Amino acid sequence: MALSGFFLLFFLLQHLTINFISVISVDGFNATSHFMGTNPIVQIALQPVLAFGVIFHLMMGMRLELQNRASRPIKYAMNKPAENSSWMSRNMIITGIMIFLFLGMHFYDFWIPELNVKYLQGDMSGLIDPMNPDSGMRYWEELHHKFHDPIRTGLYVLSFVFLGLHLMHGFQSAFQSVGFNHRKYTPTIKKLSNIYAIVVPLGFILVAVYHFMTQS
Amino acid sequence: MNLTLKVWRQKDGKAKGELVTYQIKDVSPDSSFLEMLDMLNENLVNEGKDPAAFDHDCREGICGMCSLYINGEAHGPGRLITTCQLHMRSFKDGETIYIEPFRAAAFPVIKDLVVDRSAFDRIQQAGGYVSVNTSGNTQDANSLPIPKDDADKAFDAATCIGCGACVATCKNSSAMLFVAAKVSQFALLPQGKVEAKRRVLNMVKQMDEEGFGNCTNTGACEVECPKGISLENIARMNREYFSAAITSEE
Repeated sequence: MALSGFFLLFFLLQHLTINFISVISVDGFNATSHFMGTNPIVQIALQPVLAFGVIFHLMMGMRLELQNRASRPIKYAMNKPAENSSWMSRNMIITGIMIFLFLGMHFYDFWIPELNVKYLQGDMSGLIDPMNPDSGMRYWEELHHKFHDPIRTGLYVLSFVFLGLHLMHGFQSAFQSVGFNHRKYTPTIKKLSNIYAIVVPLGFILVAVYHFMTQS
Repeated sequence: MNLTLKVWRQKDGKAKGELVTYQIKDVSPDSSFLEMLDMLNENLVNEGKDPAAFDHDCREGICGMCSLYINGEAHGPGRLITTCQLHMRSFKDGETIYIEPFRAAAFPVIKDLVVDRSAFDRIQQAGGYVSVNTSGNTQDANSLPIPKDDADKAFDAATCIGCGACVATCKNSSAMLFVAAKVSQFALLPQGKVEAKRRVLNMVKQMDEEGFGNCTNTGACEVECPKGISLENIARMNREYFSAAITSEE
């Protein structure tokens, strides 16, 4: 869990960076997206690693949850878990499932259409109209158009809130799981964990809201 | 103090248990929780009823025998205390108190509030010891210089009394804090390093076989531990385990 978690923490930073380019520069976002979408190293080598990382993290999480549920067949009649642990730490499976459901929506919105254009239609040009080289690149336009719908934008924002809750425990927990707990450094890691869990999802939210607010 | 008690009653390990409500009057706020239960049992015996079985021994927070889940917390409200160190002044007059056994698949109920914690014994037997030749010419322990910090950390880990509050309070019924304390108390000292790899591998293996859940780092165990065993020990055990799993020939 921790190793795949570290990998996904790194991936999120990379994803956020590219998303932010869409706010700063249309051409920059188009160029970056085209590179990521057509580069053979990214597509053939890195994308399967990412898919494996996500699936592995999900499967291990589900396995742990099932084992942990079986370890206490009779529940307490009176229990006060809030007295000794955070809501985020106790509900990683709930926030994790919400993120997984979000991924389904996210893939439906972006990944599946992308696979359709590139690999089923065979259009690797990245152009709005593949027959017209002057039609401009399609990536920024597609992204921008997706966020015209307030419900979709709202669902994205809500999902990023769940992501933040998941990260708030997951970041620091990953360090503990790999055996890194140090009296000098762990307090800093916990602070970093909170900063990462707020800044990264907030960044994703700002990008989504920016595109929603700038619809013409 | 007059109190309403909701006590878990279960005839034996196979019977279906239930919470039974009892009223108890004139409890001194200065009495301990176990003394209050003694009063309850005295009343039950006088009424010709079966007293509620509960574990206890030293009644001074050392032996780790008392094991009650009181009002939703292992060893009840308050920190760094066992059930026997809990006093009735921690409750309010007229309060309803839930008293349940430690819940875990690896801690099956024997009767009422008594659970079988022999899983901990089997984990200890799997490696929680140092093999020392006691033939009469045993080396003086002080001849081995040990940094003060390491000695203190080892001693802190060794204060674990194996009560099982960590398991009872963990949402996953994980025994990681207990096993980590037992691994750490030796791993930090030169005497424990000889068998370190085998110890951590065997103890973790036994822990998994006993049916305890997995640690998800909620930190609840550290908060509820009557001896304040730190999560640092779990991280240390994880390091010991990874290192042993990679380098051990077994």
